[in-house]
Order: sequence, then structure tokens, then C-alpha cells
Amino acid sequence: MQASRQTRNAASALLDPRIVGPALGSAFKKLDPRKMIANPVMFVVEVVAALTTVLFLRDLATGGAHLGFTAQIVLWLWFTVLFANFAEAVAEGRGKAQADALRRTRTESVAKRLRSADRRAYETIPGTGLAVGDVVLVEAGDTIPSDGEVIEGIASVNEAAITGESAPVIRESGGDRSAATGGTQVLSDWIKVRITAAPGSTFLDRMIALVEGAARQKTPNEIALNILLAGMTIIFVVAVATIPSYVAYAGGVVSIVVLVALFVTLIPTTIGALLSAIGIAGMDRLLRFNVLAMSGHAVEAAGDVDTLLLDKTGTITLGNRQATAFRPVRGVSEQELADAAQLASLADETPEGRSIVVLAKETYGIRGRDLADLGGRPIPFTAQSRMSGMEVGTSWVRKGAVDAVLDFLTTPSAVTAGSTLRSLQPAVSQEASRDIRALSEEIAKAGGTPLAVARDGRLLGIVQLKDVVKGGIRERFAELRRMGIRTVMITGDNPMTAAAIAAEAGVDDFLAQATPEDKLRLIREEQAKGKLVAMCGDGTNDAPALAQADVGVAMNTGTQAAREAGNMVDLDSNPTKLIEVVEIGKQLLMTRGALTTFSIANDVAKYFAIIPAIFVAVYPQLGALNVMGLASPQSAILSAIVFNALIIVALIPLALKGVRYRAVGAAALLRRNLLVYGLGGVIIPFAGIKIIDLAVSALHLV
Amino acid sequence: MTLNGWIQILIFCAIVVALVVPLGWYMTRVFEGARTPLSIVLRPVELVLYRLGGIDESREQDWLAYTVSMLVFHVGGFLLLYALLRLQVWLPLNPQEMSAVPPELSFNTAVSFITNTNWQNYGGESTMSYLVQMLGLTHQNFLSAASGIVLAVALIRGFSRVSAHAIGNFWVDLVRCTLYVLMPLCILFTLFLVWQGVPQTLGPSVEATTLEGAEQTIAVGPVASQVAIKMLGTNGGGFFNANAAHPFENPTALSNLVQMVAIFALGAALTNVFGRMVGDQRQGWALLGAMGVLFLAGVAVTYWAEAAGSGPLNALGLDGGNMEGKEVRFGIALSSLFAVITTAASCGAVNAMHDSFTALGGMVPLINMQLGEIIVGGVGAGLYGMLIFVIVTIFVAGLMVGRTPEYVGKKIEAREVKMAMLAILILPLMYLGWTAVAVVLPPAVASIANPGPHGFSEVLYAYTSQTANNGSAFAGLTGNTPFYNITGGLSMLVGRFCVIIPAMAIAGALAAKKRVPASAGTFPTHGGLFVGLLVGVIVIIGGLTFFPALALGPVVEHLAMTAGTTF
Repeated sequence: MQASRQTRNAASALLDPRIVGPALGSAFKKLDPRKMIANPVMFVVEVVAALTTVLFLRDLATGGAHLGFTAQIVLWLWFTVLFANFAEAVAEGRGKAQADALRRTRTESVAKRLRSADRRAYETIPGTGLAVGDVVLVEAGDTIPSDGEVIEGIASVNEAAITGESAPVIRESGGDRSAATGGTQVLSDWIKVRITAAPGSTFLDRMIALVEGAARQKTPNEIALNILLAGMTIIFVVAVATIPSYVAYAGGVVSIVVLVALFVTLIPTTIGALLSAIGIAGMDRLLRFNVLAMSGHAVEAAGDVDTLLLDKTGTITLGNRQATAFRPVRGVSEQELADAAQLASLADETPEGRSIVVLAKETYGIRGRDLADLGGRPIPFTAQSRMSGMEVGTSWVRKGAVDAVLDFLTTPSAVTAGSTLRSLQPAVSQEASRDIRALSEEIAKAGGTPLAVARDGRLLGIVQLKDVVKGGIRERFAELRRMGIRTVMITGDNPMTAAAIAAEAGVDDFLAQATPEDKLRLIREEQAKGKLVAMCGDGTNDAPALAQADVGVAMNTGTQAAREAGNMVDLDSNPTKLIEVVEIGKQLLMTRGALTTFSIANDVAKYFAIIPAIFVAVYPQLGALNVMGLASPQSAILSAIVFNALIIVALIPLALKGVRYRAVGAAALLRRNLLVYGLGGVIIPFAGIKIIDLAVSALHLV
Repeated sequence: MTLNGWIQILIFCAIVVALVVPLGWYMTRVFEGARTPLSIVLRPVELVLYRLGGIDESREQDWLAYTVSMLVFHVGGFLLLYALLRLQVWLPLNPQEMSAVPPELSFNTAVSFITNTNWQNYGGESTMSYLVQMLGLTHQNFLSAASGIVLAVALIRGFSRVSAHAIGNFWVDLVRCTLYVLMPLCILFTLFLVWQGVPQTLGPSVEATTLEGAEQTIAVGPVASQVAIKMLGTNGGGFFNANAAHPFENPTALSNLVQMVAIFALGAALTNVFGRMVGDQRQGWALLGAMGVLFLAGVAVTYWAEAAGSGPLNALGLDGGNMEGKEVRFGIALSSLFAVITTAASCGAVNAMHDSFTALGGMVPLINMQLGEIIVGGVGAGLYGMLIFVIVTIFVAGLMVGRTPEYVGKKIEAREVKMAMLAILILPLMYLGWTAVAVVLPPAVASIANPGPHGFSEVLYAYTSQTANNGSAFAGLTGNTPFYNITGGLSMLVGRFCVIIPAMAIAGALAAKKRVPASAGTFPTHGGLFVGLLVGVIVIIGGLTFFPALALGPVVEHLAMTAGTTF
């Protein structure tokens, strides 16, 4: 759905007057040679356009021949430059609109700076006056003045200004949700925030700079491509600059305007004009996905990723285990087990506990009972007991980790230390405990988690909890495999469980019982093999791995440390998006490649248009090369230069939208793109130039 | 075109392809420093040479040191050869008492031989003493060829080594290449040529009395040994002015076939060396495949153009193709084949006069050279020239699979692209640039024998041949003038070293990189698709550069000829 949204946006950018209007203006502003020089190919076009303008003015003053023709060539040369600038301006325009919206939210905020971190006495200063290390108090209704770490308190925060998501999020001290972002608003309660960003370099500032394209630097591939294009430009300088001498040898002359026309059509203006628009549009596409890339390099690296490290929870599975079956021991009915399990889970507010209640209700119609009605006493889950349960009168139920429940039933100390209401039954039947162990092993092997249930000293059976793999994720991984990307699932589960989930989800490999150190080591190993690694993370302990990875996507809900370490921030905090990020990276590279190929392939037709036109006066035999049957030498040259300019405009939507990526393997992808952009690039200009030539001669333009 | 002609062409191709694997295997062992069947004899000699030269066999060089060694070596070679040429009159082994070679011609010739061009602005038998022919020219024939091969090997090491600093030791590679590869093959080849009737003597010319009673001087000399290395090392400088069209250089149909095979043998085998060293022989075959496509296309055009002959001659009843400037014993098919081979490789030996070819027939050799002689190419030079085009191809189209372009596991980035473009753009700068100067400079124009587009082709061919280090001549142009000697010499120097230095920089940059393992997302570079793409990029990027020049030369000449006008 998001994909279709962005496509529509890209296509409509050219129709949106709010973008096109300013873009037209800035197309002229960008004519400033100091700005043009960043784009060598178009800079050269501007120089020769200026040169021909001077020549035209000279001819105009001295009354030279073919003034109308020269004027049109000069005009279209300037159009070529302007169209290139326009493409860039349109690409920037969409970001600019977003930046303006962000700026409006960055109102001059007021900070309540605490005199010392442990007291609540504060002084009110402007937000811009804050230094790194200051501690501020932010209360309900206040805007957080700058980026920082929550050091005390808990609050719900509206981060819509940055994420566009209006549902408030919780920010609290400690843990993985301690990052406070400047410009967001505290809705309830209060927090103390230690400022970590200097004024002007906050997340919001960086975001504005990024979407505006002010911080845009050329990416490595873009630099290499620019060198290639500059090199080709020089080659064509040589090819064209030697022509007057050759023609002089043959006893003719060739005008500079015509040579300039040949030169401009031959140099790769199409890709040169659209190169920066493609780059900006790539960043912009990410933004539309609510992913903020801190550098273009990261976007490009995403396209190159070989290995994707994905956290199991939340990315591959739905995040919480859910009860899927009741497995009683012999002599116990499922109904009885379900009843006890539900009773033991009534007080359990975790998603797992709730799923047990729901499952019992759905499969056996056992209604959730009101605790108060039962008059029971809930036993909450603790890390020590690893069980939860309920005591009603003399009766009790427990559910929890298998070992914990067995221990609870067999250990005498546990028995005596427990409630007096419980009848002593020290000897659990050997048979039942064997059953339980067999069942739990079976469940673990299948990737589930067993929870034992006991009632009044008797083992009833097992509740099977299972990680639910997200729908469609298997297909996504198959797609990634076709792209040549290996997926590795990271999980804290034991290897047996991890293997089962990995098999179900269809990942290529998994790292079980993973510690942050393991993650870091895995990344380094992959990189040593020459691979590029992408991962996402949110916790502070993820920070080293995020920094080490070639593409590290930090969740916006994560800690400040994680956000600093990654080179992208996902504002929606949706780890599955890593896959889209990879696709956008690939799309960016593909679009550049496709338009480069197209641009170079175009030259064949342009040669056949202009070469006979230039030389036919000297050697009439060369008219045979006029395979397109163009009306006259002048209309041939004009048609070629018009085509050359118009093709830029025609390709702006493609540059903004990007060439669609299909996960069909490199060979098939290449074959398809070569057919479309290579062969198409050879053929289209023949047709295009011919059509323009027909129009030119019909209108008697020359 | 006849079936017989095509069968001969295909036999040639089959032999070349059959030699690729054995020679590739052998050369790979030589350059990996492994034992070879010849080691038992040659290893002691090799070790003596290292001791004499003070070379530490185990010490490798980085790309800069390797390149500097190569340059120092060539400067030394140049000075030695220049001195020999200037001083030959006072030196021994000069039974014909040849006088000292003038300075500009000496410069041109010395550059010509150290750059593996072997452009000859002189007639060998009437200008050079035996000492110069053997010590100066044949010696450089070996070393310029060996240096081409080792540079290609160094570039291959750039692709094959992982996170490495060094790309080999120039001196060790040079010694091993000469000793293990060139010497044994040349000895075999020389013996073969002597058997076929090529002279090998240090005696003076033979005086003969013709049937009419006139005195004729028949030049002889140490011909066979020079012909052997001129072909194997793609040097091309003939002992005689008429080169391989001379019956003493190329006496029989068999010697002609073996000489053609010899031109391609090492260059084609180097693609296999590449494949072996990067661990996937298919990569080598793909390169050879691209070369093969361009080669066969060239042969087809030339053979067709020559067999069709020219309209005006056909109109006079002289049908049966264009035999002007061709040896009857070779005929149209083998003359066309030889012309394409010698210009596809940077050999430059000729068995027919390219100037007398039809316009299109003569255009193919021109295009072969203008593409940078990457179709098999000069020994070594062809491979590194082709790899430079591969880098550009990979970069242009590789992005289309959505990854940073990679070739045999090495990422192609800004530095490689920069160097590759530098190497590619320097060639047209030389041959188009100097042609542009020559065709408007009156003293240079005076050297042109034929008017109009044909004369233009002669000048273009001369500079193209020298820039591409080919050495074949279109004839018709009086090249032995100070202007052509000096500008030609510069073209040869730039055409050789301004390609080598970027190529070595690429080698250094690539060697330092990690190897990216191939995956389903990797651009496949061993199949037909890649071969087609590579050919397309070579034709478009290489071809578009000189299309205007060709249009004003051979193309217009051809169009005029079909209309009945000749120049």
C-alpha cells in the first residue's frame, strides 16, 4: 500500500503546482556557474550555450547568415540546461515542502533548566541556550526543548511532529525507550531529560537539512558515475574538436554552432541532467517510508547488502508468543487442563497470559471469570518463581516454566514455604512428570514454548505457546534470496526453538541465544568475507552492532545511543522495513544504470542525424548515411538537439519514481533492463528525431 | 567469398582455440612461480640471472614500484637502442656498411621497438646493420613483448589477490616470461621457419645475375629468429620492408598459417591465464568470446569487401575480387584474415598491402586498432586493454542490477573508473588529434600520396597504428619526415605508457580490495549476455569516438567508389 502511495506521489509531483511553480524559478537560479560546476556534464553544456549565445549576438550585429537557425539552436541549448535544473528542483521540491512543515513545528521552545539533577527547582531559559549536559524538566504540555536522554520519570509523548504518527509513545528512564527528541510534546506526567545535542545539531535540525537536500553529498557510485560521464565528455570534445580540421582538409567549413550541437547531443546529457534528481528522489523515497537516511552512502550501501540480520521478535514473528494448544498428561482431559490454565492466567496481564485465556475460551467455551467473584488470590509472575497462578480457598493452580513447576511440586522447601492452604503432596507421580518432560521436549523441538500447569499438587499438562510467524514473511525471504541476500535471524531462544522458527519463516540461517557481542561478532565475520551487512536495533546494547553494520537502521523508539550509532532511523520503528530499504537502495542504483545506458545508447541515432548533415556539403555521398531521411541538414541538427532536450523532461518522472526493482535474480533483471534501456535507447531516438524533424519541417522552423 | 576461404579461416580459429588451454595452463604455472616441465633446464639459468641482477625472487612490489621498474627498464632499453642506431656505422656486424641512422628516425624507431609497436619508417634491409637488427631490434622484440605480458599478469593479480599490497615483482616476471615462455616457443618456431625456407645467416647479401643479365642484390640475414619473435610477441617489425609478404619472411601457405596462429596464440591464452588466476576459467572464455565476436565480424566484413572487389574494376571485367596489393600465393581469404589478425592483435606484420584494400576492407583494420587493439590484442596489452573496457562496461550496465558493480568479486569504484576512462580517452586524443594537425599542416600534407579521403585514411591509419602500438602501415604515406617521426614517436609513447600506468593503478587498487562472494544478485560475467553487452559497449564507446573520422575517410571513399569515383 505504501508502495502505491509513493508511486502516485512521484508521478503527481510534476503536476503539483506547489512543486512545479517554485521549481521553475529555481531552475533559473541554478544557472549560477558556481552551482553548475558540481555537475560537470551540464556545466559544459552551459559553457557552450553561453559561447553560442555570444556567437549569435555577434552574427546578429554583423548580419550573418542562418540567424533563425542559430537562434533556435541557442535557445534549445539553454533549454537543455534549464530542463536539467528543473529536474533537480522538482526532486528537491518535495523535500522542501516537508522541511517547511518540520520548521513550523520547531517553534522557539522554552526550557526549564534544572539547577541540579536531583531537585525540581528550575530556571526558564530559551531552548537554544541549552548546552550538552544540561538537565531540563519537561512537564505535561511542554515541548521537549532539545534531544536528550530521559534520566528520571515516565511520560507519554506525542512525536507526531517527527514521525507523523499521532498515537503517543511512552518515554521513560532506563531501558530502551529513554530517547527524548527535541520538538516533540509531553502529553502527560513529567520527565527529566539530560541534553545530548548541541543547538543546531538536533535530530530535527538534521532531519530538516536532510529532507531539504542541503546536507546531500554525492554517494560513492554517483562520484564514480560522474567521473565516467566527465571522461566521456572529454572523449567527445576530442571527437568534435578535430572535425573542423578534417573538414578543412576536405575543402569545406563547418560552423561552430553546428559543432556545438553535435557535441551537446553526443555527451551524456540525459543522465548528466537527471543524476542528482535520481539521488534526491532516492532519499525522498526513503523519507516517504518514514526512514531517515543520515547519508546517501547508507542508501546506496542498502542496495549492496548481502546479509540481513533480523531480530526474531517483532520482525519475523508477531512479537509475542501465543497459546496454540493444551496438551494434557494421561488421565487428564483437555477441558480440565484448559480450565486450570485459564484460571492460572486470569491475573496474568502479559500477552502470553491473555492468549491462554482467549484460547481456553475459544476452544472450550470456558468464560473468563471475574477474580472478585471467585474470591481468589492471584499469584503474580516473578522472575524468581517463573510462575503465576491463583489460589481459591484450599485449591490452587500454577502455570509456568516446566522446570519451575516441577521444582515447585517436588521440592520440600518450596512446599513448606508455600501457602498453608495448599494440601501437601510431595510425591508427584513419576509417570506424569515423565509425560510432561516428553511433551515439553516435543514442543520445544517444533519451535514452541511449553508451560506446565499444575492444580492442587497434580500435574495436568502443558500449554503450548508458539511464536507466530508473520503472514507473508516467508515469501519476503524467498524474494530476498532471489535478490541474492542472505537472511539471518537473531534470537535469544535456545537453538532448538530457533531452528524450528527459522525453518518455518524460511530464513537462511539463525543465531540462537544471541548476546550483543555475538551479533557484533557475526557482523564482523560477514564483513571479513567481503559482505555488506544490514541490521536494525533499538537498544543501547545494539549500538556497537548498529555502528559496525554497513546499514544500521535504528528504531525511533530506541535509545539515543542506538539512534546515534545507526546510519538510518526508522521513524515508524518497524523492523520489517529493512527489506524495503534494501529495495529502495537497489532501485536507486538501477535507475542510474538504466538512464546511463539509455543516454549512451542514444548517441547512435544522433550520429546518424548529425554526421551526414555536417558533412554532406563536403561529400554529397555521405547523404547515404541519412538513414532517417531527415528533411534538411539544418532540420536534422535542430531535431537532434530538440530531442536531446525534450528527452530530459520526458524522463523526469522515471528519475523521480525509479526503475522498478524485481527480485528475479541479477541475470534476468539485467536482460530485461538491457532490452528496455539499452535496445530501447538505440531505437527510441531514431523515431523521436524523425517525428521532431517532421514537425520542424511542417512548421517551417528552418 | 568461397567455402574454401571460410574453411581456412575456421581452421585458423580452431587451432587458436585449441591452444588456449595448454598455453594458459603453462603460463599460469610460470607466473605463479610453480614448477614447469622446463624447470629442470631453465631454473638454474633463472637463478643465475637473479644473482647477476641482484634480484630477490621472494620480494614483491606494490603497483607503483612495479610500474617504476617497468619504466626504468624501458628508459634503459630506449637509450641503448638509440645509441646503437646512431652508432651502427662504427659497430661490428655491419657487412653492408650501413651509415648512422638520423636522429628523428632513431627516436621514432627506438620508441617504436620499446613500445612493441615496431612501426618502421625505414626499410630494414637497407637501413639497419645485422647488429642493430639482432641486438637492438630482436632483443627489444622479446623484451617489449615480455613487458606487455607481465603487465597483464600484474593486472590479473590485482583481480585475483585479496586485500593484498603487492602485485608481483617486475624483474622476476620479466625473467620468467622471457625464459620460460618466449624463448622456448621462439626456438621451436625459428626451427620450423628455417625448415620452411626462411634464411638464418650472418653472411652478407647474395649477389645474383638475373636472366636478363642484370645484377641483383638479394638481402638475407638472421631472418627466421626475428620473424619468430615478431609474430609470437606481436611486434610485427619485419626484417624486410615487405614484411610477411616477402617470400623470405613467409615462404609457404603452412608458414603463413603458423605465423597467423603465432600472432594470436599468447594473447588468446592470456584470457585463460586470467580465468585460472581468478579461479573461474569461464571468465576467461567470456573475454575470449567477446574478442571472438568482434574478430569474426571484422573478418567477415573485410573478406566480403575484398572478395566483392571494387565497382569500377568489376565494371572493367576484372571480377573475382580485389587482388591489388595481395600475394597470389595467399589469395583474398588469407590476406583478409591476416590483415584482421595483425590489426586485432597489435602485431602489424602484413602479408598484403592494406593501402590497396577496398575502402571497407581497409576500414576494418583501422577500426580494430582504434578500438585499442583489444581483440586478442598485443601480447598482454590486449588483455589489459580489454579489462579496461570490462571495467567501463561493468560500471555502465552493472548498476542496472541494483548493486555497486563488481567484476570477479572486486567492486568497481571511482578510482577504477577514473583510471579506465583516462586510459580510454588518451587513445583518441592522440590519433584524432595528430591527424587533425597533420591534415592541415602543409609540410605534413605533402607526405600524403593520394588526394581526398584516401589520403586522409593514410594519415589516420599512420597515427592510429602508432598510438595503438600496432606498427602496420597503410603505406602511401611518406612517414620518414621529422614531423611524422617525432609526432609518431610521441603517439607511440603516450599510447603505450598512458594506458599502462592507469592499468597498473587499477591493479594496485583492486589488489587491496576484498573479494565479494557471488550471489544471486551478482551481475553474471561469464555468459552470453555479458559478452553481448561488452561488445556493445566497446562498439558504442569506442566506435562513436572515431565515427566522424571514419565517415570522412573510408566511408565516404566506399560510397564514392560505389558511385564510380576513386581517389
